Amino acid sequence: MTVNMTKGQAISLQKSDGGTLTAVRMGLGWQAAPRRGLFGTRTREIDLDASAVLFADKQPVDVVFFRHLVSDDGSVRHTGDNLVGGAGQGGDDEAILVDLQRVPVHIDQIVFTVNSFTGQTFQEVQNAFCRLVDETNGQELARYTLAGGGAYTAQIMAKVHRTGSGWSMTALGTPANGRTFQDLMPTILPHL
Amino acid sequence: MTAELVRGQNHPLPGARLEIRISAGKPIVAGAVLSDAQGRTPGPAWVAHPGTPALPGLEVSQQVAADHRLAVDLAALPEDAHRLSVLLALPTGTGGPARFGALPAPYVAVTAPDGSEIANYTVTGLDSESAVVVLELYRRQDAWKVRAVGQGYAGGLAALFADLLAGRDAAEARRLADEVADAVTRGLSRSVAPPRVTSDGSAAQGGRPATQPGRPTPSQEPADTTGDTGTGSPRPLPDAGGGPVDYTHPARRRTAPPPPPPSAPPAPPGRPAAPVAGDATGWSMEERLYNQVWGMFEDLARTAAAYRSAVDFADQRRERELDAALADPRARLGGQGEAAREAARARYADLVEQARAVLDRDLAQLRAESEVVEPALPPAFARWDSPVWQDFRVPMEMPMALRLGDLHLPECGDVRIPMLVRLPLERGMWIDSGRAPGGVGMLVDPEEVRRLALDTAVTHAARLLAAYPAGEFAVHVIDPAGSGAEAFAPLVEAGVLAAPPGAGPAAVAQVLGALTQRVDLLQMAFRGGAPDALPPDLDTAEQLLVVNDFPHGFDDRAVTQLRYLADEGPAVGVHLMLVADREDAAGYGPLLDPLWRALLRLTPVPDDHLADPWVGHAWTYEPPGAPLGSRVLAQVLERVATARREWNR
Repeated sequence: MTVNMTKGQAISLQKSDGGTLTAVRMGLGWQAAPRRGLFGTRTREIDLDASAVLFADKQPVDVVFFRHLVSDDGSVRHTGDNLVGGAGQGGDDEAILVDLQRVPVHIDQIVFTVNSFTGQTFQEVQNAFCRLVDETNGQELARYTLAGGGAYTAQIMAKVHRTGSGWSMTALGTPANGRTFQDLMPTILPHL
Repeated sequence: MTAELVRGQNHPLPGARLEIRISAGKPIVAGAVLSDAQGRTPGPAWVAHPGTPALPGLEVSQQVAADHRLAVDLAALPEDAHRLSVLLALPTGTGGPARFGALPAPYVAVTAPDGSEIANYTVTGLDSESAVVVLELYRRQDAWKVRAVGQGYAGGLAALFADLLAGRDAAEARRLADEVADAVTRGLSRSVAPPRVTSDGSAAQGGRPATQPGRPTPSQEPADTTGDTGTGSPRPLPDAGGGPVDYTHPARRRTAPPPPPPSAPPAPPGRPAAPVAGDATGWSMEERLYNQVWGMFEDLARTAAAYRSAVDFADQRRERELDAALADPRARLGGQGEAAREAARARYADLVEQARAVLDRDLAQLRAESEVVEPALPPAFARWDSPVWQDFRVPMEMPMALRLGDLHLPECGDVRIPMLVRLPLERGMWIDSGRAPGGVGMLVDPEEVRRLALDTAVTHAARLLAAYPAGEFAVHVIDPAGSGAEAFAPLVEAGVLAAPPGAGPAAVAQVLGALTQRVDLLQMAFRGGAPDALPPDLDTAEQLLVVNDFPHGFDDRAVTQLRYLADEGPAVGVHLMLVADREDAAGYGPLLDPLWRALLRLTPVPDDHLADPWVGHAWTYEPPGAPLGSRVLAQVLERVATARREWNR
């Protein structure tokens, strides 16, 4: 089941077989800026960044982003910063893997965000998307098309949170502006 | 519109909040110095560097990196700061290049908070400089401007600080430079080196990239240097920039694919799979076990981090809720307040209990893994009480790593992680015979610690001897006062030392002189690209120098030689093992600080001073002791000696 969402939609998801999520991956992909003429090095490169903010009782306690690739407890791992983008063919250029079983007990929400570090708005980026995938079976839980989405430089994408003994996910898709996740904190807090 | 500055050019700055982005291609140190209207810097408090990364309105990175982002808020700087100089320096003692000439020209950009570049400057024309002032932001009639400076200093940070802190004495500048070097190396010297990429090109599992380039050691491979790798392995200059390039094809070295790793039997549903020894990637069982041990190390570090952060959080939340209950005037009356406090405590206990349950689950899994891994470890990785030592044979080739002891954390009960370091050694060792470290609360009298330190040194030396093929590892001992005769007896009696322990200043000078000469010779040969030109009678064995009672019997010249050996020796297979109390050497002052930093500190009694490379927990190090009354050490040394006689070496 893929949910192709536009901004602002929020849906709670349980896994379709009734089980609970154990591992999710947030993927982010976009197309690199076209080379400009002879002096290709002066192409204005597009750097989108994926981040995951770990909250305990509505307080941020850890962040996984391009400067802190693995949360201290090892449960959330960023695969590494991509500074220029990819082919725009649908592959993930940055990914964050979350092993939900290993997340420390006090962390009850994890919020995923996308930022344009180089400042281009999503209008200017070709073929940009972000998605949340259930790692255990490769099923896409949610997908957003960012490209053409308006004059925003950031998006609060989704959150996974504890429900009972397991985890579930809420798609948020709130547009925002900011360069790194720090700038987004005021926008994130109402969603917790 | 971005201004591309040339040296000396200036440009107005539009706002107070700025970011300075630096990219240099190689890890460097970045910092900043503030000065007043007269260009004076009142003292180190106005210098931002990795040791003191944040000043009001200014923040620099705490570590070396190829790319830096310095945050500046000009409005928040001290009122009388009129100039901010941005400086770059090459880290010392990390094996990187020693001159900016060996790097691509550093690129600096001043950007607005939204990332748009205001001005940039490429610092060209640098050569032998190892520190440089790249930019200065300065106040002119209440407006700030940026100027491209590009002033380099061949004398490094000390010279740079001496210039910028004009009017202060030179000692202070040097102290500041040392402080920076200290902050940079602190992580390095206090941490267990992360696993290196192995010779087969496969990175150790779960480890992060190595911070130090691996250096092959020439004397390590006299036998297996065959035609296809050229004449020896030409060693690049240590300061020629970057690590050595390995041109051999990663897949060529071994043609046969490795046997598949043992796989765990399928687990019953709902339970974790039973652990299996060697359940990790690698070309050989040895490499798999090595990677598995590092995987266990990382898992334990992260599990403990999860537990600690949960307990910390629970603690803070309880404090907050108790404060709130106290602050609420309604709750003060009657049982309401008591109920609120009770609820806060219950919530705390509940969360801690959950965290503990998760920790216990993980510990049980690691304990089970440890139980199957320990018996499978080869001698070089095994505890002294392991049965593998009973039918120990002197190896035909060097193992990839050596066990120096065990590591554990206080909340992790009896789970011990073998502390493995790669061979050949990259750093010397310092067995601390200082006053009993208080950390673990053992009261041992100083004499006892000294004796234990010596015994530990002998155990490490014996393990090193046993790890190398016959005759490929030579151990020298300096015991100036002869106080270690009893402890060194096992080595002397087995006849595995290169020469009897040297006593007295003459022997100290002789042994140090010979080793220094050896390092000189090897360095010259490899820097000159002529490893063939070494005298044919030079033995190819790695050398270990064990020094007891440092600095007794050491004059200034001997101390200088020792520092030289500590810095330059490991690259050419000459290693140090110092049995010393830092207090005894206090007379030498800061002169010896680089020496201590260059060595890996080990203790003769359990002590929590080692940090892991992932989260930086303080791990308790336990030295490897042979079981009491066991003859395993003597037996092993005897076999080493027999093998040498058989091989005539």
